[in-house]
Amino acid sequence: MNEMLAMGNYGAYVWSSFGLTLIVLVACVIQGINRHKSVFHDVKTRIRAMESES
Amino acid sequence: MWTFFHKLASPPHFYDLAAKFIPWFAVLGFVFVAYGTVAGLFFAPADYQQGDAFRIIYVHVPAAYLSMMAYMIMAVSAGIGLVWRIKLSHAVAAAAAPLGAWFTFLALATGSIWGRPMWGTWWEWGDPRLTSELIMLFLYFGYMALRAAIDDPAKADKASAVLALVGAVNIPIIHFSVEWWSSLHQGATLIREGGPAIQTSMLYPLLAMIFGFTFLFGALLLGRVRTEVLFRERRSRWVYNLVLPDEGRG
Repeated sequence: MNEMLAMGNYGAYVWSSFGLTLIVLVACVIQGINRHKSVFHDVKTRIRAMESES
Repeated sequence: MWTFFHKLASPPHFYDLAAKFIPWFAVLGFVFVAYGTVAGLFFAPADYQQGDAFRIIYVHVPAAYLSMMAYMIMAVSAGIGLVWRIKLSHAVAAAAAPLGAWFTFLALATGSIWGRPMWGTWWEWGDPRLTSELIMLFLYFGYMALRAAIDDPAKADKASAVLALVGAVNIPIIHFSVEWWSSLHQGATLIREGGPAIQTSMLYPLLAMIFGFTFLFGALLLGRVRTEVLFRERRSRWVYNLVLPDEGRG
């Protein structure tokens, strides 16, 4: 098991590459969802504000 | 056929349809990437020259391929938007940019991590492949900065589309850089004369990773296009009904 994880002494390079990839992909998902939520909220607030003015 | 495209390009229809596709793309992407990761890390044999360090290929190549694919999607959509004035295509271009930048960063970072043990350096200034990929990162940043700097959305669409199209000359430069100039970077593994230069037990996980990353990218892109469409259509009736479903005047 340890031998498999060691990746022939290249473990640090292999695992950091895969780890970084995971982090970036998760960041892309979170960033996308947060942006959608905030735009949705802004649009809603703006429409509500216009409603109450009229 | 044309009615299909016409309907697809209508913002409310796209907004609903994209929401249906996203979970499928996400699940397909996840399955392919899960298989590719396990098979690539543990079942593919070590490379006879590079040992286990070659396994970085399984994240580096999909990231690099999508960094260029995202640019092409951005440039082609921007071009279509410029010529035929289809609103949705500008939304696609604007949505592709930040994702393209992320994948370019990932390609550069994983390449750097791979380069350290193989070439003995994290980065080599003047190397054509590395430099042209870095230029693409700056093109993405320039594109996003230009959009952010122009208040009028129609003008921002046009100006950024021109930038995206001019910057597209960099794409063939990235692709052929390893053939045209001497580079530290190794030559193409898959798309080359004489077919892929890799044995199947190494190849299948790589293809799975490429498919998987493409599906995940597709899901991320559709999500971002939805956000973009929602914002651009904020003054329309359908968005009104969408955000205030219970108070709608129909």
